[in-house]
Amino acid sequence: MSKKPKQMKGEVETTGHEWDGIAEYNHPLPRWWLWTLYATIIWAIAYTIAYPAWPLITHATRGVLHQSNRADVAAEIKRYDEANAPVEAKLVATDLTAIAANPDLVNYTQNAGGAVFRTWCAQCHGSGAAGAKGFPNLNDDDWLWGGTIEDIYTTISHGVRNTTDPDARYSEMPRFGADGLLEPAQIDQVVQYVLQISGQDHDAALASEGATVFADNCTACHGEEGKGDRSVGAPNLTDAIWLYGGDVKSLTETVTNARFGVMPAWGQRLSESDVRAVASWVHSRGGGE
Amino acid sequence: MGILEKHKFLETNATALLIGAFAVVTIGGIVEIAPLFYLQNTIEKVEGVRPYTPLELTGRDIYVREGCYVCHSQMIRPMRDEVERYGHYSLAAESMYDHPFQWGSKRTGPDLARVGGRYSNEWHVDHLTNPQSVVPESVMPKYGFLANRLIEPTYIEERLKTDALVGVPYTSEMIEQAKADFAAQANPDADTAGLEERYAKANVANFDGQPGISEMDALVAYLQVLGTMVDFSTFQPDPDR
Repeated sequence: MSKKPKQMKGEVETTGHEWDGIAEYNHPLPRWWLWTLYATIIWAIAYTIAYPAWPLITHATRGVLHQSNRADVAAEIKRYDEANAPVEAKLVATDLTAIAANPDLVNYTQNAGGAVFRTWCAQCHGSGAAGAKGFPNLNDDDWLWGGTIEDIYTTISHGVRNTTDPDARYSEMPRFGADGLLEPAQIDQVVQYVLQISGQDHDAALASEGATVFADNCTACHGEEGKGDRSVGAPNLTDAIWLYGGDVKSLTETVTNARFGVMPAWGQRLSESDVRAVASWVHSRGGGE
Repeated sequence: MGILEKHKFLETNATALLIGAFAVVTIGGIVEIAPLFYLQNTIEKVEGVRPYTPLELTGRDIYVREGCYVCHSQMIRPMRDEVERYGHYSLAAESMYDHPFQWGSKRTGPDLARVGGRYSNEWHVDHLTNPQSVVPESVMPKYGFLANRLIEPTYIEERLKTDALVGVPYTSEMIEQAKADFAAQANPDADTAGLEERYAKANVANFDGQPGISEMDALVAYLQVLGTMVDFSTFQPDPDR
């Protein structure tokens, strides 16, 4: 360190060291900056006193405000639960078929049920309930397991073909091709017959053969005329609505390997009033019976 | 100026500065990190949490390999909107056997901490193969190739042993039976009594609906167990934590 150079009067003090003739000014820190720093230090001390902060032997200090994220979220949820409790109690107490006649409940189920649907159901059935391949459209009037509000409620509450609810709706189409129940030629015939009864272009000769195959193998569930049976979730094959596709390739795949759509049992995850709200919402989409 | 003069010793002596800086960082680190290993609320014991089955663990490795954590968190925060959407907020104990944990810090897609059981296996396969086929507005890439990649559990015993080394309670029986458990979980016709005894509530299914055990089977098995181990109908959170 070199000697402190002499200062001219009115010049700022230097730090006192110098390299190659370059010295460094020693400006004081701006007052506002310094006071801000002191304020943040005081704030930090006050914060650690007010809120949980310092780790001790088994717990951290609780802080004089006793703030707790768990308690906060529990209180927040409780606040909304209490606000909704009267209308939810009314919804649970009302007969499912009577909900549509009660303007208060309709108002509630349209909002709450819609929110439940967008949160839990939209991933499969689509945000507008229009479904996707393998996941039914809920806007139309074609129902696998029934379209009355009781049917919809049961389907939502117990689900379909899941392993968690013994009361889940259940049926299993045989794997006619994969398990060798039908010859490939018979599958081609019955597919042509299904094309015929659903009003699509088909090979008339194969279809007439297929009518026999259909009568022998399919009518138990899909009915004599192929109009389906809701008690076993067998779809109507005569309309233009297809869950897995109504073209030759999709139908052949369906008859060969069968389909096994699964829906979770929402009664195990959602509250009774939420299930009722979303059942009512789905029922009001346009296809409700 | 006494203390500042002494400070000059550190400023002009690189080795002393290095040692001093290391000491400061060490103290800061100990104060911030060490309590997490003994404070009651960070080591809360929760009933139901079990180690992953060999198939789930393999699926988890695929989850990590594909970088799913870049877009999906596994951490439901204690806020009402999150609890309403995803379910009960995450507990530290639920990721106690995760090495490394998959909490994540970015949600381009939704949180997956409780995705288990929420959708069917078929939905997961459809969605991973072509996310837009079920969620048209999704920006998720397609992972259909997973179904074409069959896995041989060649190193599964070693994989379990590695986790055991860092504290996951895999028993010697679990390690011995790893290959059998791996195969049994993806085969609904297999004898799964041993698997279910070793790993409570293990989902058994041919997850991808195809013969053979593919990466799709493993990943879906992992996704279907996420957040399902703790029974929240009986869990009572201690509000003081």
